Amino acid sequence: MSEPGMVLNNPVQMGTRERDLISDVQRGQHELFYELVRPYERRVYAAALAILRNEHDAEDAAQEAMLKAFANIRQFRAEARFSTWLIQITVNEALMRRRRERTVPMEGIDNRVDEESGYAPRDFADWREIPSEALERKEVRQRLAEALATLDRKYREVFVLRDMEHLNIQETAEALGITAASVKTRLLRARLMLRDLLAAGWEQGWFSRLPFEKGTKPW
Amino acid sequence: MVNREVVNCEQVWKEISNYVDGDVDAALRSTMEEHFRACKRCASVLAGTRNVVQLYGDERMLEVPTGFSRRLEKRLAKKAGGERWSSWSVWLVPVAAIALIVGGLKLTNTFSFRHPVRSILAAPVHGVPPDMQVVVSSGSKVFHVAGCPFIHDKASERTITAKQAMQDGYVPCSRCLRQYLKTSVTGHSGAEVADSAAAEEEEEQEELLSAAGQNAAGH
Repeated sequence: MSEPGMVLNNPVQMGTRERDLISDVQRGQHELFYELVRPYERRVYAAALAILRNEHDAEDAAQEAMLKAFANIRQFRAEARFSTWLIQITVNEALMRRRRERTVPMEGIDNRVDEESGYAPRDFADWREIPSEALERKEVRQRLAEALATLDRKYREVFVLRDMEHLNIQETAEALGITAASVKTRLLRARLMLRDLLAAGWEQGWFSRLPFEKGTKPW
Repeated sequence: MVNREVVNCEQVWKEISNYVDGDVDAALRSTMEEHFRACKRCASVLAGTRNVVQLYGDERMLEVPTGFSRRLEKRLAKKAGGERWSSWSVWLVPVAAIALIVGGLKLTNTFSFRHPVRSILAAPVHGVPPDMQVVVSSGSKVFHVAGCPFIHDKASERTITAKQAMQDGYVPCSRCLRQYLKTSVTGHSGAEVADSAAAEEEEEQEELLSAAGQNAAGH
């Protein structure tokens, strides 16, 4: 049986701890489920927000996804990564809501030709260093989030799952129902577009002013 | 297909995301590294792309709205409580049904088989011909066939139909009408019937002795 409240920093110990928690919850210790998902709640929320783009909807979808994970915990198999399983449930929940409610404005028409064409960087500002403390500043985090929000849906979703949720290419492809090749193409464009957006700000002292208005793109 | 020996800037940009992910073969990696050393612009794009991946991949970029954790924990607790009830409810119906059946059988046994709370005389009477002429007398609620030696107070005896006797609350004599009682005590153990009959016999013997004494005193 797991010992509640144990703090572990070693990844191996964390993995063991997680497996124990999963096993305990599967055997009926439902009160331990929150402890199991607590380390992932921010990732789950970020995945839902990337798809729904509305904080209220994202929270509701994220929490509903975790309730569904709880209800289906017996179906989870040890060979899968729990975090990936959780994120995939969240993506499914968010995509289902977007299809059902159709409240999220359609954007970024999935243009295969556009996707296949090359992307040329627009800004070549020298952006080699990142102050380690940069992310401690809420303003910096906020501006990074705003830059991400300007990306078209298909790029934003892939970028969030791959670079923020740390799903691999195949997992990202399966979660979104697209090919691995599309994931790679979209990821490349997302990274380069964000680089363009942020490099200029970096050069000017970390977004002393944004070079673009939200919702418009300089490319 | 990228030329493994010489790559231009556009080819580098196309592969730069895979390069950051370590998803290029050794030959291409070597070629690209050579290009980065020679091309300041591409080196800047590479640094910026790495920065994007590093910044957005930081846990600090994943924020949830204030109160998210508390609301999630509350919903999970509610759901967990419901699940516990739900899992119980799966068993509740069959368990309750079995309890009702067993309880019903036990009650039936209690009142009909194991512990007769009514006298054998109050037991249901079966097969008594309703038009049969029987004798009743004062001081007793037992009806007899004519000539039965156990008729109490023969001076007050009167003849009526068995149907009328039973409607008036009389019961068959366990001696002269025993055959109609035997069929009505199914389920009683033989010992119980014998005990009851013996008690009744003692009672009737006392009545006979009492009546004989009264008659003797009358003479």
